[in-house]
Parts: sequence; structure tokens; C-alpha cells
Amino acid sequence: MKEVKANMAGNVWKITVSEGDKVDEDQDVVILESMKMEIPIASEYEGSVKELKVAEGDFVNEGDPLLVIDE
Amino acid sequence: MSYIEELNKRIERIEEGGKEKYHERNEEKGKLFVRKRLELLFDDGLNVEDSFFANCMDDSLPADGVVTGIGKINGQDVCVMANDSTVKAGSWGKRTVEKIIRIQETALKLEIPMLYLVDSAGARITDQIEMFPGRRGAGRIFHNQIKLSGRVPQVCLLFGPSAAGGAYIPAFCDIVVMVDGNASMYLGSPRMAEAVIGEKVTLEEMGGANMHCSVSGCGDVLVQSEEEALEYARAYLSYFPPNFREKPKLLESREVKYLEKGIADIIPKNQNAAFNMHDLINRIIDEDSFCEIKKKFAPELITGLARINGKSVGIIANQPRMKGGVLFPDSADKAAKFIQLCDAFNISLLFLADIPGFMIGTHVERAGIIRHGAKMLAAMSEATVPKISVIVRKAYGAGLYAMAGPAFEPDCCLALPTAQIAVMGPEAAVNAVYANKIAELPKEEQAKFVEEKQAEYKDDIDVYRLASEMIIDDVIDPNKLRDELAKRFEVYEAKQVTFTERKHGVYPV
Repeated sequence: MKEVKANMAGNVWKITVSEGDKVDEDQDVVILESMKMEIPIASEYEGSVKELKVAEGDFVNEGDPLLVIDE
Repeated sequence: MSYIEELNKRIERIEEGGKEKYHERNEEKGKLFVRKRLELLFDDGLNVEDSFFANCMDDSLPADGVVTGIGKINGQDVCVMANDSTVKAGSWGKRTVEKIIRIQETALKLEIPMLYLVDSAGARITDQIEMFPGRRGAGRIFHNQIKLSGRVPQVCLLFGPSAAGGAYIPAFCDIVVMVDGNASMYLGSPRMAEAVIGEKVTLEEMGGANMHCSVSGCGDVLVQSEEEALEYARAYLSYFPPNFREKPKLLESREVKYLEKGIADIIPKNQNAAFNMHDLINRIIDEDSFCEIKKKFAPELITGLARINGKSVGIIANQPRMKGGVLFPDSADKAAKFIQLCDAFNISLLFLADIPGFMIGTHVERAGIIRHGAKMLAAMSEATVPKISVIVRKAYGAGLYAMAGPAFEPDCCLALPTAQIAVMGPEAAVNAVYANKIAELPKEEQAKFVEEKQAEYKDDIDVYRLASEMIIDDVIDPNKLRDELAKRFEVYEAKQVTFTERKHGVYPV
């Protein structure tokens, strides 16, 4: 199991996957909003989404887990 | 045995390096023998070898564990020192150190590039008095590196460990290429860390190639094999002159890669949407000419060498695809070193700005983002090579300054029609100026008010207004950007500038 983490502080703007979805390596899974910019966060791993750790609108710090991928 | 026979026998013995079992052990790790590395590195082998017989009275220390000499890369003579890890794990004795010092002195005298092929366990503790503390002890190697820095290109290829004091060899090189899985750099080994500070950690976590190329920034390029590392070094040096007095060689111009969409089609209209800056870079440089540096480290800023019409250019570009292209302490640091590298060796600089600014918040303030940002500004400001700034989309606040904005004497500051230059973006600005007013308004009127004010603000920072005020020098059709850059870089080539007279600046480090 691997975690996809926020690479900078910001708000969770959109979550583009749901629990159970298959994701590819480098696929965008979450879009943060920070510094007025859309910050796409890509999964570093291929697998399925086991658990969402955040909801849209949440504030996250750099390094906070966003979701868990089951490889 | 005739004396010729004896000589040949001795030569053969030394050329073999260390014991067979150490060769086998290296092979298992995918490591090449030092002489094989040199064969692959040079156009036609090591041409001149120095102190081949060093320590030859001791049969167990062929060449004293290091090969030094001169060979050609892309037709240019370069000096090399290469550790032989089959000889006492590439450790340094008195003569090893003396050989390294001498080849550095040669590089200084001839003003030609210096390469370090590092694969060494560090000092031979048994020889410490001879090789550690004195005038020509190992400290002199680093002293020489510092002296060579900026005079000739210095390249480090890390094939194995570079431990303790030895880790300063990569530290003082312009570029460090690390082989994944084998290369490592650390002051204290994991064993030492456990004994002294109680930390339990693996070698890979402590000082592995991947860590250094993505987290610490001590490594620049991560490669998967030694062959790849050697090939990278040859490609890298093709962008450089042999020393600071000369200009990079002009290579034959290549067409830009054919791509269906032009630049105008790939830049999103929405300033806040992400796009991949590599797609723009590929549309202005000669096909396949991009040599990226620190790809995995602070990827919100792209740094790399490229060619435009055959001419070497150093590119510093914000990457909106990563962290919105915002500058962080690490990306500012990365930029500062890269700008110094290009400026030292007469490589023109191209800044591609699409930046919301420097990151804010407690995390980066505590990390000293002001101090790190200042390094980037200083390096960019001091650079006297031809320097072009292109405002691709937004350039807000100190982001404009860091990307060679008009105040920092770029030879020109060009804007694409999508450019937006301001202290801050429309959303932030309206919020900053009218926060109280907005709060006072009835809920249903707020959105309309904000929209109106944002539109007014956008008019105020309109790109043609900035061109009319001569803040920017030209507005360019994005699909003609390459030709414009090629033309201007050629013209600015004649630039002769001294930044200012003094011993040296006193900036944050």
C-alpha cells in the first residue's frame, strides 16, 4: 500500500478518482488549489484506490496523505 | 629476462588493477573496471597517463588505486582522475592523493575540463599522516577544486561510494551524475550514525543516488548504468567551452521537432490552469537537444542546457505542471547554481516565466525562503552573458524579479500575448484591496462586484499597456518565438559587460 501525498500546502479542490478506481502511474488523482493555482497531484504508483484520506475543500499541509493506493 | 621484458611485465601487472575476486565483485554490481570506463569515456582512450608506476614497489597497490591522465572528449582534451575500486576499495593513500592533486594542477595550467570518476572508500587510515593533514594532503584536492571552479568545467561521475571528506569532491563539481543503486555520498556511514547518534538507517536512505538526486540536491543526474553516466558526461561537455575564456562550440543547427500543435495551442487561456512547460521548450529548441539538470529535484523549476540554431543556451523555466510553478527554497537554490554554471562558461541564458510568485506560509519562512530566493536573484542579476526573459503567462511579485524581469538588465524582456505582469494576480489583488468592501456588500452582490473589479484590474495590467510603457520590449507571436530568440541571441553574442568592480559580493549563501 502506498500513499499519494500533497506536495505543497493548499486546499483540496477536486478529487478526480473514487475508492475502488484503477489508476495508472502518473495519472492525476487530486487537484489542489494553492497560491491561486490549480496543482494537479499525480499518483506515483499503478494500482487501485483503497481509501480517500481527504474530502474536497479540506486544507492540507505539505506531506499530508491524500489517498491510499493498493498496488 | 631482458629489461624490456621486465618493463612490459610490470606494465601488464599494473594495468590489471586489483585481485581477480574484486573484479568479480564489481561485475556482480554492474560496475566496470576503471580502464574500461576510461575507454568508454574518451574518443580514443586515455591518451596520456601520469604516474602509472605510483607505489609500484608494493605489488598490492597498482597505480596506487587511481588512474590519472588526459584524453579527448568530442575532440577536446580533458583531464581525468578515476578511482580503481579493485585496489583497496579505491581508498586514498599518499600517492593517490598526490596523483589527484597533480592532475588538477595540470587542468589549471592547461585550462581544460577536469573529470572525477569517483568510486572510493575514502582515506587509508593506516596512511593518514602522509595523506590527510598536510600541505599536499587530501584537503589540497578540495582547495584545488575551489580554485578550478568557474575556470574549467568540473564533472563528477559517481560510480560507488564517496564517503566522509571524499564527499566534497562531488560537492565542488559543477555537476554530479550518480548511478542508481551503486553511487552514494555521505559524511558518516549508517554504521557510524548508529554508533554515534543512535540512528538506524539504510545506506540508500542515508546517502543513496535517488535520495541525493531528488531530496538533498547534492546529485544532479540519476542514471541506471555506468555506460549511461559516461555517455551523459560526453553529451554534457558538448555544451561547454574548455574554460571560462572561450565560448561554447557552435554546432550544426537542427530543426525544431515537428509537433502538430503550435505554442499558441498549448498555453491554456486560464492563467491558473496547469500546463507542461516541457511542451513549450520542445517547440523552441533544436530537436533532441535538451540536457536536463536536476530533473528530479525541485521539479517546479526546470533547468537544462539546450541548443537554439546550434548555439548553447541555458534554460530556466517555471513548470506550472508541478506545484503551480511556484518558487520554493530548493527551486531558488537550483536556479542559482545553474545560472552561475552558465554564466561562468559563457552560455547564454533564457528565462521562461510562468510564475505565481514565491511560496508563502510558515513552512517556507522557517526554511528561509527569503534567504534562498535572494541567492537566485543575486546569481541572475550578476550574470553578464546574453540574457533573455520571456513572460509566457503570469509573472507575479518577486517571481517577475527572479525570472530576470526588466529591472535586472536582461538584454530584452519579451512577452507572449498571454503574459500577465503584476504584483499579484487579479483574485488576490481584488481581495487585498476590497476585502472590507466585499464583506459589507449583501451576499448576492458580492460575486458581481468581485468580477467587475477583477476585470478592471486585468485592464490595468494589460500586456499592451506594459508594452506601451516600454516595460516589456516586444510582444511576440508565440509560434514565432524560436525565430525571435535565435535572432536575438545571435545579436547579443557580442555583449561585453563587467557586472561591477569589487572583490566579491556578500549575499546570502
